Amino acid sequence: MKLALENLSKSYGQHQALDGLDLHLENARCLTLIGPSGGGKSTTLRLVAGLEKASGGHILLNDKAVPCSEEELRDYRKSIGVVFQSYNLFPHFDALTNIALPLEKVHGVAKADAQERAYELLARFKLADHSRKKPSELSGGQNQRVAIARSLAHDPELILFDEPTSALDPEMSAQILDVIEELIQSGKDCIVVTHQMGFAKRASDYAAFISHGKVAESGTSKDLFDSPQSQELRQFLERELKY
Amino acid sequence: MRALLFQDPDSDPTAVRAAAKWASATLALSFLCLLALAAFASLEYNWNWSAVFKYKTKFIEGWLLTIQVSSVSLLVACIIGGLSALSARSRFLPLRYLFKIYVEGTRGTPLLVQILLIFYVFADAAHLENRYVVGVLVLSFFSGAYVSEIFRAGIESIGSSQLLSAKAIGFTPYQTFRYIIFPQALRRSLPALAGQFANLIKDSSLLSIIAIEEFTLNAQEVNTSTLSTFESFFPLAVGYLILTLPIFHLSRRLEKRLAFDS
Ligand SMILES: Nc1ncnc2c1ncn2[C@@H]1O[C@H](COP(=O)(O)OP(=O)(O)OP(=O)(O)O)[C@@H](O)[C@H]1O
Ligand SMILES: [Mg+2]
Repeated sequence: MKLALENLSKSYGQHQALDGLDLHLENARCLTLIGPSGGGKSTTLRLVAGLEKASGGHILLNDKAVPCSEEELRDYRKSIGVVFQSYNLFPHFDALTNIALPLEKVHGVAKADAQERAYELLARFKLADHSRKKPSELSGGQNQRVAIARSLAHDPELILFDEPTSALDPEMSAQILDVIEELIQSGKDCIVVTHQMGFAKRASDYAAFISHGKVAESGTSKDLFDSPQSQELRQFLERELKY
Repeated sequence: MRALLFQDPDSDPTAVRAAAKWASATLALSFLCLLALAAFASLEYNWNWSAVFKYKTKFIEGWLLTIQVSSVSLLVACIIGGLSALSARSRFLPLRYLFKIYVEGTRGTPLLVQILLIFYVFADAAHLENRYVVGVLVLSFFSGAYVSEIFRAGIESIGSSQLLSAKAIGFTPYQTFRYIIFPQALRRSLPALAGQFANLIKDSSLLSIIAIEEFTLNAQEVNTSTLSTFESFFPLAVGYLILTLPIFHLSRRLEKRLAFDS
């Protein structure tokens, strides 16, 4: 993907969540966003997902500007996949319907085809036996895999992950991270917010350190993790790696 | 014996053995009956069930009418309540306030006052002659305000993360409502809605004051003709209980199932 975030700002009332954030990537497969809590990572992701409108600045994804009108935004969102920390599956639908319904209603796929596609995806994530279970009958890791399957179903050009493993135990997070890594290797573009530094270093080609609503440091993940320039990033990495 | 009357101190407070339940409930009921009998004995009350029994069709007709009036009112109340709950989300502000005033006004005044006001003032002005239509309308509007609050609470109980998720998927606001909010909100509203139905059945007794021949009015008429007060009004209470107890029970079961699911 080619991504440009130009002088991006976002305020919530008095609070300035993003304050002139800049980031330019020419050809990235996977970008990870790291940084302290409250720094603005999730806000950045929500803006790129077209879920909220920026207070100022521009976002260009593959040379196309993220639109401003609600109508166009809705079309734009259809080309993106989002996975949140807390799965956010719809609790009243089973796993299969969670995936098939958006395909059918948003992307206009015929019902039978949508279900077939959903089933294929579940099978791919080793969930074939669980297709008729509701989210409350599935484990956290299984739920998250369904959520990933849902975000993939319409073959989006970009998938966004916001701390996809922070609600999971280490064993399950490892599973989920493997799934994401596989996606990256299969050629999907993605942006991942994560606290798993090992994963960030290994799986992503670019990384940005977001703090106080700005990109404090960015570069290839190798550079960023192996030779951090700023004092702040060094301290942050030390603390993250300590535990 | 002790095990039938006392709860096992070690078990959880909601779990009571079936045998103990029955024995204790029977005992409590017998005590109440005894108390009532003692009261009548001291009154030297002259029982006259046969005079009242002659009017049994009157009771049954009234009872059936009460069911009809309440059911139709519940249906209309659901429509009004649904519209009202939806309008609270409308972007057209006057509509929002219109229903807000309706809900607050209705919840803030007694049903009796509403019946009198609508029957003697508005229905007259609108040339609504049929008192049954007026009765059902009053009950519907009254109940609709409560149903509206029930629906509103149901809608608001859908977490914002689900709404964000629906938005991210690309659902339109209508689709979000149709597929995500509505089915869940309805399910969560059902226990309270059942309770509201039971309230409606009880409240419909007030329609007797505008001479709608429902259960209570008919019992009053039987009382006037037979002068057997207790024999006229006791069946009345039982008739209401036959309707409300199962509904309250249903409501509690729905509530439990909901708590179990989520
Ligand atoms: N909807 C909102 N309303 C008000 N303030 C918000 C909102 N969303 C975010 N903020 C504020 O914006 C700032 C950035 O939040 P953001 O969620 O982007 O941080 P983050 O980097 O994702 O942190 P974390 O690692 O804790 O998830 C925070 O100070 C937060 O309080
Ligand atoms: Mg966050």
